[in-house]
Amino acid sequence: MPGKVITITSGKGGVGKTTATANIAAALALINFKVICIDADIGLRNLDVVLGLENRIVYDLVDVIEGRCRLRQAMIRDKRLPELYLIPAAQTRDKSAVSPSDMVRLCDELRPDFDWILIDSPAGIERGFRNAISPANIIVVVTNPEISAVRDADRIIGLIEAEEKGPAQLIINRIKPEMVKKGDMLSPDDVLELLAVDLLGLIPEDEMVVTSTNRGAPVVLEEKSRAGQAFRNIGQRITGEKVPFVPIEEQRGFFTQIGKMFRKG
Amino acid sequence: MMSNTVTVKGIREGILFHISDQDWNENFQALTTLVKDRQEFWKGAKVVLDAGNSEVTSDQLLALKDELSGYDLALWAVLSENKSTQNAAQFLGLATRISRLESNLTTDFETTYYQGEEAIIFNKTLRSGFRIEYDGHIIVIGDVNPGAEIVASGSVLVWGKLRGLVHAGALGNETAVVCALDLQPTQLRIAEQISITPKRRGKPQPEMAYLCDGKVVAEAWNYKG
Repeated sequence: MPGKVITITSGKGGVGKTTATANIAAALALINFKVICIDADIGLRNLDVVLGLENRIVYDLVDVIEGRCRLRQAMIRDKRLPELYLIPAAQTRDKSAVSPSDMVRLCDELRPDFDWILIDSPAGIERGFRNAISPANIIVVVTNPEISAVRDADRIIGLIEAEEKGPAQLIINRIKPEMVKKGDMLSPDDVLELLAVDLLGLIPEDEMVVTSTNRGAPVVLEEKSRAGQAFRNIGQRITGEKVPFVPIEEQRGFFTQIGKMFRKG
Repeated sequence: MMSNTVTVKGIREGILFHISDQDWNENFQALTTLVKDRQEFWKGAKVVLDAGNSEVTSDQLLALKDELSGYDLALWAVLSENKSTQNAAQFLGLATRISRLESNLTTDFETTYYQGEEAIIFNKTLRSGFRIEYDGHIIVIGDVNPGAEIVASGSVLVWGKLRGLVHAGALGNETAVVCALDLQPTQLRIAEQISITPKRRGKPQPEMAYLCDGKVVAEAWNYKG
């Protein structure tokens, strides 16, 4: 079966597209799928850093498209997960170096060799976004439980519908259960009520995401991380398994709180 | 709104354009402006051209077909009393006859047309960044999310939650109203008046907003007729 292309996008910057891309890719690779990530954020590349592969970049996406190297040469294999590959973005160029049809051609070339092709979209609704969604089979929209991020997600979902690429699937990232409980933060239900799309995952706020990003190791590799578990669930949902949505409050019991205190000490 | 040289009919098979015997270029111009104005509305429709007695060449028909397909309209048939126009259409593989054209299913555009009393229906949720402008009434079956904008010269009716910006009676019609199942617009304008939705107390309920002594008022809809 030829591989499927998943594009991860958001509209607003800083909601966790790159983190989501890296972790979903790693989650799929963990269950033995052959996965490749493409960083489409040309000029502001990040995905290589989050995956800890920055120092191994020789060729990038623009080199492939402009024919300066073969496709194989630009693929970087992950150190920890042998089934995970990355095509990094160019840092010294901009979004106009790539066209939507370039991306379609590139993905068609990759489909026979991979099960999943993940594209990390840049923020915004311009050329970079169009490049990222043009080859997509599945589009995942990442948002935070904040009014501004939800507004941008709504806009993006509208654009995806207009391109007839829908229906988009939603990940709500950085949920703080305590704040939701007190009514200080939009709840997942509030967000879903407005956006009216299918839910793919709920990611709780988790400090381990920051530490693992800084170390260049996706948080799905951390057995104990709540965010890691949420991303592993997303990986399974993408492959068609029915994983129930655990209400986020329940994931954090008294004992895990105590355990956390000890670990910190 | 209606052009002098081109008339439009909605028929079962799609849209029927009837052109007059004038110069082709003029007809072509009129057709394209008409289509451009309503491209959202007619998108995806099948088009029949009734060319009457006028002589149209296959090149001209081909140019029209291309132009229409640019607006996502498919020219599939040409009706004509002129032999050479018929031949030209057949040469391009277009139908020259359609069935039941004059049956009861035909709606005549002209007889149902009243100035300013037209309406369009959007059967989907309008998301942030979408803007509808229409010279007439606008009906939305779905939600209007924050960041979406609706501007109508007539009234606006939303069968869903209205949370974006809405402007009814945009050309100055003070009798225009705004109705919604849940009326919570970011901003509501009727004619020249602008208002901001107050914080809601209690459950959402259908409401209608209108101008009363130059002020926007909203009233719960409890029709007990």
